[in-house]
Amino acid sequence: MRASHKQRGFVAAMLHRLSGIALAVFLPLHFLALATALNGANALDSFLALTREPLVQALEWCIVVALALHLTLGLRVLAVEFFDFREKTLAALSACAAAVVAIGLVLALNLS
Amino acid sequence: MLFVAQRTTAFILAVAVAAHLATILFAVRGGLTAAQILARTHGNVAFALFYAIFVLAVAVHAPIGLRNIVREWTAWRGRSLDFALILFSALLLVLGLRAVVAVCS
Repeated sequence: MRASHKQRGFVAAMLHRLSGIALAVFLPLHFLALATALNGANALDSFLALTREPLVQALEWCIVVALALHLTLGLRVLAVEFFDFREKTLAALSACAAAVVAIGLVLALNLS
Repeated sequence: MLFVAQRTTAFILAVAVAAHLATILFAVRGGLTAAQILARTHGNVAFALFYAIFVLAVAVHAPIGLRNIVREWTAWRGRSLDFALILFSALLLVLGLRAVVAVCS
């Protein structure tokens, strides 16, 4: 599906691509961080201490939003392609679902 | 072929990401020290299997998606692009499975 600004669903398609790129950049770093556990719990704890920095927390929030967006916009693509759903309605629903998932996660992470 | 692979892994990832998000919430509620996380994950075969499938699906899905974006936004085509994305897939697979081993074994 080629993204064109003349097409319906352009914003959704663009957000889907940008969130996918963000996740592709993040994933190798995420895997490297988790692999610090190979050197024991203390090594992983040293990394986790970094995640309490405000800048890192802001980046974490961005990546959670990107994941929520990519998931819901991906579900929209699957629904349009395989289940013959109407694209316009789904774009709105996906945006709402992404917002709900992201906000819910951020609240849950902050309140815990 | 690539279309089928990407859409098949998309269905797998839709379930896996939802489960992963739920796992994050569960993990954070129980405390987010390494010892607490690893106590829940070490030796958990189901957990390891789930994340191994997750990593495999990501290693197929992400490079195909990036290939589509690169071809759409740039003039890069051909074997060099495919080779670069095969390397990226291998990188995701190796780093991802290493992370699964680190957290689950």
